[in-house]
Amino acid sequence: MFAPAPFLLKDVSVSQVMIQVCVALIPGIAAYASLVGPAILVQLVIATLAALIAEALMLKVCRKPMALFLSDGSAIVTAWLIALTFPPLAPWWLIATGTAFAIVVAKHLYGGLGQNPFNPAMVAFAVCIVAFPALMSQWPSVGLQLGLIEQMNIILGWAPRVDALTGATPLDAMKTALKLGDGSFDVTTLLANQDIYGNFAGRGWEWVAAGYLLGGLWLWHRKLITWHVPVAFVASLSLISGALWIYNPSQFASPLFHLLSGGAMLGAFFIATDPVSGCTTPRGKLIFGAGCGLLAYIIRVFGGYPDGVAFAVLLMNLCAPVIDLLTQPPIFGMKDKA
Amino acid sequence: MLMNLFKFKGGVKPPTNKTQSVTLPIAVAPIPSRLVVPLHQSIGGTPRPVVQAGDKVLKGQLIGEADGWISAAVHAPTSGTVLEVAMHTQPHPSGLDSLCVVIEPDGKDEWIARDLVDYKSMAPESVREKLQQSGVVGLGGAVFPTHGKLTASKTVPMDELVINGAECEPFITCDDLLMRERAEEVVRGIGIFRDLLQPKKVLIGIEDNKPEAAAAMRAAVEAVGEDFVVVQVPTLYPAGGAKQLIRVLTGKEVPASKRSTDLGVQCFNVATAYTAWRAIAQGEPVVSRLVTVTGNVGEPRNYEVLIGTPMDELLKLAHPHPDTDGIIMGGPMMGFLVPDRRVPVIKATNCLIAHDERLFPPKAPEMPCIRCGACARACPHELQPFEMYWFSRAKNFGKTQEYNIFDCIECGCCSFVCPSRIPLVQYFRFAKSEIWAREREKNAADQAKARFEFKQLREEREKAEKAEKLAKAAAAQAAKKAAEAAAAAAAPAESAAQPVAAEAAAPVTAPVPPAAAPATGDAEKAAKMATIEAAMARAKAQREAVQPKNTDNLTPEQQKAAADIEARRVAAHLIEPEPAQPAAPPDPKS
Ligand code: SF4
Ligand code: SF4
Repeated sequence: MFAPAPFLLKDVSVSQVMIQVCVALIPGIAAYASLVGPAILVQLVIATLAALIAEALMLKVCRKPMALFLSDGSAIVTAWLIALTFPPLAPWWLIATGTAFAIVVAKHLYGGLGQNPFNPAMVAFAVCIVAFPALMSQWPSVGLQLGLIEQMNIILGWAPRVDALTGATPLDAMKTALKLGDGSFDVTTLLANQDIYGNFAGRGWEWVAAGYLLGGLWLWHRKLITWHVPVAFVASLSLISGALWIYNPSQFASPLFHLLSGGAMLGAFFIATDPVSGCTTPRGKLIFGAGCGLLAYIIRVFGGYPDGVAFAVLLMNLCAPVIDLLTQPPIFGMKDKA
Repeated sequence: MLMNLFKFKGGVKPPTNKTQSVTLPIAVAPIPSRLVVPLHQSIGGTPRPVVQAGDKVLKGQLIGEADGWISAAVHAPTSGTVLEVAMHTQPHPSGLDSLCVVIEPDGKDEWIARDLVDYKSMAPESVREKLQQSGVVGLGGAVFPTHGKLTASKTVPMDELVINGAECEPFITCDDLLMRERAEEVVRGIGIFRDLLQPKKVLIGIEDNKPEAAAAMRAAVEAVGEDFVVVQVPTLYPAGGAKQLIRVLTGKEVPASKRSTDLGVQCFNVATAYTAWRAIAQGEPVVSRLVTVTGNVGEPRNYEVLIGTPMDELLKLAHPHPDTDGIIMGGPMMGFLVPDRRVPVIKATNCLIAHDERLFPPKAPEMPCIRCGACARACPHELQPFEMYWFSRAKNFGKTQEYNIFDCIECGCCSFVCPSRIPLVQYFRFAKSEIWAREREKNAADQAKARFEFKQLREEREKAEKAEKLAKAAAAQAAKKAAEAAAAAAAPAESAAQPVAAEAAAPVTAPVPPAAAPATGDAEKAAKMATIEAAMARAKAQREAVQPKNTDNLTPEQQKAAADIEARRVAAHLIEPEPAQPAAPPDPKS
């Protein structure tokens, strides 16, 4: 007997979805690589390998069809998000451990593909930043130009991790500077320091953000994500940062700075839109996205971590089932009752 | 004419595959060697056979008499001899048998006397009756008896009559060809419906991929001098679902819980209008229908086919390629593979698709749901298929109902778009059938319990009364005897009869007589008899209670659904793995 109706199926598959997500990340990755050098590509390879090995292992343990699931591409998306959110010069074992943790614990121990309540990449980020706060805050100093070999040596631990090599992200730098703040620094003078902060959000970082934005729009165009989460994310982040910026422009950076720095764009288009751990109803997605934007701002500005996107997403993951339950849309023919 | 069209949410655009079968005009399929005409071809009561083996029948002669108001008559598709009235395999995914009249054609194709009447002179009631007796049913696939839909709501004025010529399922073109070639009769048939329902306007919806049909219909409307509006609706599956078409043309959304007439709208298929006209004006009952024969065949085409024609004989006309490995009845979105190629064409058969792996490649393995929401965005009823899937899988059927599983029209849009290749519709059919079965069991149990308790109550009261009477009589007799024999020896002790009688009457409030009579053999015997009788009656009541007959108060749709479900359950046991069973063609079309 053959499979029953419908006999026609659209030409789609999970691996196609995942591959398109990876493709959409490419503009951002390109900008990132031109900013920090080939190190990021090395990290992508390390994370991908770690993810595939961990995935294969877990599939074996869980006795799931190896070829089918290994080729679905979901582990690669997780790996890439980890490589793109971890510091690019982080030691290889940090990325590898983080990725393995994401796959083994955050994904498979919760039941594998489609079952994880939390975004695995963000779980890895949160765990590593708690466990290795120093390593997770070392970002290549601006203007540091290292060749592939030198970067490889640092990542693989063959060269000493000289402090001078690495610094904080613009976001972190600004927070630290403002926290030191006896008033000697303010946002305007900091931003005037073009060397670190580039045109808007840190030299080159605005290009990375633009790359993610471009990829995200393409995902939306391909109907792989809907507009709800990114729009709500961007809107809520702009609103809160805008309000505080208007209130005190010398203490709070502009919305543009916040949108273009750190993981905001990556978060809005690629992380908060993860369907498995996010909301599914249209109104739920709006709430989810807005919550992520708001929490990300609060954590990155007032919290102790360099960026808040990961924690914001995890916190909202926690709320997603309830939000979904409360935002069920009315069905055909029942709209007047809702 | 410009008209404001509405949109329904969701929908998909599968490749239409319609052009193959529209190049040739409608052909009349030759009379087959044998006709197997199932009696149960519409929703509602199963018609009673009125012929037997050996009878000579004429084309159009009644062979199955409508049973009840929601039921439609069945007729001999050609003249010939009745070979048998027997059980045969049905074109139903379950492969179950049902009663059929098998006719050997005599080749003369000789009609019964057809009375040509002017229906305008007939009372509306007799028009409806005539439709029922002519076996006119919804030919879009739902096969609901048409006369049953031709009564307007008493409270809601009839605004629109929607005529469904959308034909949204891929591959199917029989309505398209019907409208191209026989538009005038369709329009006249619509006129009958209009006269019975008296709507404010009549809207004929045709998908915009059928410009020829729309043009033909417009011309026919003009030629007949009607004011029907032919509207070309965007091509989007399932625009031909009755509820979707009503939504597109009128903006009204008919929920699962309501009849469309409650919202002042009614919907019929174009082919139904055509057969209604033939039945009323030409006195020709429904003995044939148009069937698209397409798929893996050399010459895809539409045929006018006698009901009861074996599908393999029909398929042969279109020269199927040798690698054909099955026949789909209906379209590729909602159709099913027939269990046996020899099953007959019935009134619900709008299309046969020769199946092969090139047209319908085997499905990739199922993956877990990634909650991508594609299914929810594609669902024309705005349901959350992945939630229903989750709960169907977990057999948490209460939850599936909270997510409105019974609003699902099984259109297949969700399965179509799912990147994880989850056969969502199968899960929903499985869940629906389980819910039905459980409800039936529960109702049966409840009713049986109530019936049993009532019966027990009544019978025990009767027995108690009987016992009382007997005891009284016996006591009286005994008392007389005792009085005669030993006047002073009467002991006012408790009689032996009393506890027994009391036991028989125990759960009853009926008064127990204080049988304060002296113990005698007669009284004891009578009381014992009464107890035995009561016990037997109880046992009988229990026996009856386990065979509940609780299907009396179901609506025809419910009965059909229940019957389908029974069939599926049977099939399920044959085929095993749980939701991956074939299922019945559901019918969003009217
Ligand atoms: S389309 Fe398939 S994978 Fe996506 S949410 Fe629906 S059931 Fe899940
Ligand atoms: S089959 Fe049911 S759930 Fe799926 S799209 Fe159609 S109506 Fe919605």
